[in-house]
Amino acid sequence: MAIAQRVVVDPITRIEGHLRIEAETDADGKITSAYSAGTMVRGIEIILRGRDPRDAWAFAQRICGVCTLVHGIASVRSVEDALHRAIPTYSIPQNAELIRNLMIAAQYVHDHVMHFYHLHALDWVDVVSALKADPKATSTLAQSISSYPKSSPGYFADVQKKVKNFVEQGQLGIFSNAYWGHPAYKLPPEANLMAVAHYLEALAWQRDVVKLHAIFGGKNPHPNFVVGGVPSAISVHVDHPGQGKGPHYRGGQDATAVNMVGLQIVQNVIKQMRDFVDQVYVPDLLAIASFYKEWGGIGDTGGNFLSFGDMPSKSFWDTDSYLIPRGVILNHDISTIHPIDLDKEDEIQEFVSHSWYKYGGGDAEGLHPFKGETELNYTGPKPPYEQLEVEKKYSWLKSPRWQGKAMEVGPLARVLLMYADTKSAGHAQTKELVDYTLKTLDVPVTALFSTLGRTAARGLESKVLADSMQGMFDHLMANIKAGDVRTFNDQYWDPSTWPNHMHGVGLMEAPRGGLSHWIVIDGGKISNYQAVVPSTWNAGPRDAQGQPGAYESALQHNHVMHDPKQPIEILRTIHSFDPCIACAVHVTDPDGEELVQVKVK
Amino acid sequence: MHGPLIETLARQGVTRRTFMKYCATLASMMALPPSAGRAMAEAMASAPAASKRPSVIWLPFQECTGCTESITRSHSPTLEGLIFDVISLDYQETLMAAAGHQAEEALHAAMAANDGKYLLIVDGSIPLGLDGAYSCIAGKSNLDTLKEVAKGAAAIVAMGSCAAYGGLPHANPNPTGAVSVSDIIKDKPIINIPGCPPIPTVITGVLAHFLTFGSLPELDQHGRPKAFYGETIHDRCYRRPFYDQGKFAKTFDDEGARNGWCLFELGCKGPVTYNACATVKWNGGTSWPVESGHGCLGCSEPDFWDGGGFYKALSMPADPLKLAGKAAAVGAAAGVAVSFVNRGKKSAAKSAHETTTLADLEK
Repeated sequence: MAIAQRVVVDPITRIEGHLRIEAETDADGKITSAYSAGTMVRGIEIILRGRDPRDAWAFAQRICGVCTLVHGIASVRSVEDALHRAIPTYSIPQNAELIRNLMIAAQYVHDHVMHFYHLHALDWVDVVSALKADPKATSTLAQSISSYPKSSPGYFADVQKKVKNFVEQGQLGIFSNAYWGHPAYKLPPEANLMAVAHYLEALAWQRDVVKLHAIFGGKNPHPNFVVGGVPSAISVHVDHPGQGKGPHYRGGQDATAVNMVGLQIVQNVIKQMRDFVDQVYVPDLLAIASFYKEWGGIGDTGGNFLSFGDMPSKSFWDTDSYLIPRGVILNHDISTIHPIDLDKEDEIQEFVSHSWYKYGGGDAEGLHPFKGETELNYTGPKPPYEQLEVEKKYSWLKSPRWQGKAMEVGPLARVLLMYADTKSAGHAQTKELVDYTLKTLDVPVTALFSTLGRTAARGLESKVLADSMQGMFDHLMANIKAGDVRTFNDQYWDPSTWPNHMHGVGLMEAPRGGLSHWIVIDGGKISNYQAVVPSTWNAGPRDAQGQPGAYESALQHNHVMHDPKQPIEILRTIHSFDPCIACAVHVTDPDGEELVQVKVK
Repeated sequence: MHGPLIETLARQGVTRRTFMKYCATLASMMALPPSAGRAMAEAMASAPAASKRPSVIWLPFQECTGCTESITRSHSPTLEGLIFDVISLDYQETLMAAAGHQAEEALHAAMAANDGKYLLIVDGSIPLGLDGAYSCIAGKSNLDTLKEVAKGAAAIVAMGSCAAYGGLPHANPNPTGAVSVSDIIKDKPIINIPGCPPIPTVITGVLAHFLTFGSLPELDQHGRPKAFYGETIHDRCYRRPFYDQGKFAKTFDDEGARNGWCLFELGCKGPVTYNACATVKWNGGTSWPVESGHGCLGCSEPDFWDGGGFYKALSMPADPLKLAGKAAAVGAAAGVAVSFVNRGKKSAAKSAHETTTLADLEK
């Protein structure tokens, strides 16, 4: 092409929420600058003000229905952290931590598999090409990389026939008008057919494995939680013979979902998760990646990574007991892990220079979340619009920064930290997995800092977490066997027993990265609530210094578009982050009402 | 009976007999005569082969994608079963391969090719504030998009409590001026499938009804299909006998909680919530909120977010119930059976349930 162009991709599909990407290319089609804009707000933090902090999890959880439990967990942890800061003896029972960890790990594995097959795969897999595959050769390919039993020529012939019938009917539905046949698709037809088959298998698999959430949380999406523990009382009574008319007589099948039948379902789910990750996800990932090695040199965000850490084996407040460590990596240097000070006012800050908000002290300053301000200031074009004013404000997302630096959060950040942190419990296995992957693909360590590395990290982390679930489950069962069935701390359940002023932060590592909910409580009610979420770190716009957010940096790294009208290169890198934009945008104050300024010592 | 759906089901290991049973169950849940189960099965199995699969367009507005996630959890029919054999899902941002201009083209092509015939599914509320700039897709406000796409729809499904009633964005103080589909569209048949999210079986059940009979099922005063929202959670709750006996869990892990006693005092909104969780359950019948120890949030009721607190026990407007409730609680605590109180409470509860709405909870 002859001239520089602006490429607008809106909607970015196969993500959660509403995201718009505008990119400028030079005459060779190379992206020179990119702008990421969240285009939807609901105002959940405003809605939370004045409410009972114990109710907050249900509201916050609806920030996102994909990573459905993470905001619920972060929210209950924020209230618990406020209580713990005020009353240091406050804790939650170990069974509750174990059940939460099981639910979090299950969320990771479920979410990552669905992301890989249903949201990301179609960037790499050409569905139409699968029609040309030889089922027998596909079977040979599948059996060469995995022991997954569904791998016969007949199985692949059936899948191919199904897709063929579908295509021949002429109604392509969700597969219509895509980029099939684009030269960027590199897989042979057999690999495409295998991936299409596993797209369907994964859809069936995910339905079954969410049963773990249903047992402990009553339903999925949006399982239930409770401040002080988990709501799912354990109805296994090992000390009762299960006879007679005493209070325990219904203690088996009919009492709660967490009975022996329910726990057996949980055990089965753990096995199903491990099997699918080992036999389908990781082998497919490596097989597909081997055709796209050049993407190991595309999509670097600049080398700054942040993780809050998660999966405590002891308690949320004992960070040494975390499976995933807390810390920051700077400038691709994995030899040094920098600690995070949550309370230091100039460390974690949010900026609004390019976001549709206004700060009382001027838009150039950064605010710590405990002092967060949320005054809406929409200055964008009136819809319908063709282009955003990217030199001014252009997104509903704020720009979070750590010590003034843009950070990438998510699976790659976590895997790098587990890889680098010798204290981490996940260290040995992660190191082995990463080294094995680099060796198998024959790419250097630097290939981790890329679109390919990000997608690979998600798969490797799924294995670490799926494997960790068995230990958690065994621990829970041992506790129950020993007669410990506590799942809830009712001390301080009643807000009238709380100190008048409290504040706390609920941290977690969501599938998409470091998540923090910051709560200020006055008189038993929420006076300020700020959620600084993974996709805000990753998808946020430029800050006061003009430093781009992670999506923007990644797109500005080595992207040459074959055809700006078919933005598959943009989709590959954006999807490698697994965007969750409803999570990223949640703040507003439409009437310019005076905002509560909360000072925290 | 045969057809692509039966073949697909067979491949999934579902026999024709199981499929018929599913349709019969669906028909009975929807309070239809037994013959309707057969008609439904015939229609679902053969209709797609006979003609084009009906076009379905799904628009996401102020949503969290929980409703889309929920339909992916449907066990029978499965989402892939629907997409491959029953409907043509022509626009669904979370699942579709195309993006940007190509996605927009797919939408407009489907609208043009199926004008007046497509089923429009909407999830998420629609913000009216700021000329709609609170939520835009492809540079257009949700309000404009909804009006444009609704024009050629045969009917609209408002999926989830946000699309049906405004939901979470509409919760006090409704910062973006969020409203429901029926607040905007007045000239099309609209069916509300509330829930946060709705139960997958309910979603697919309503779709099956539409595809079978070409019309929407009978609705209640809130626009919900009576078949699934005809009774309260409380009326069908397996813990109901404990309520009647005055046995209540006091915390989330006490003896009562572990024995499956009633969660009324922990704030359960089951008595004022119309939904099918207690009978259909969740995730392939695995469990449902009350079975897993948490009270019902009331998520299928309009304005449930502003119902006065999820852990605040319902205070019934009928005085006799209030008195009886207290007496029963005391009785249970003392380990005394007070059957006459419970009888009175039952009848009070019965009359109270018919008149209590979430709006009354704050009284």
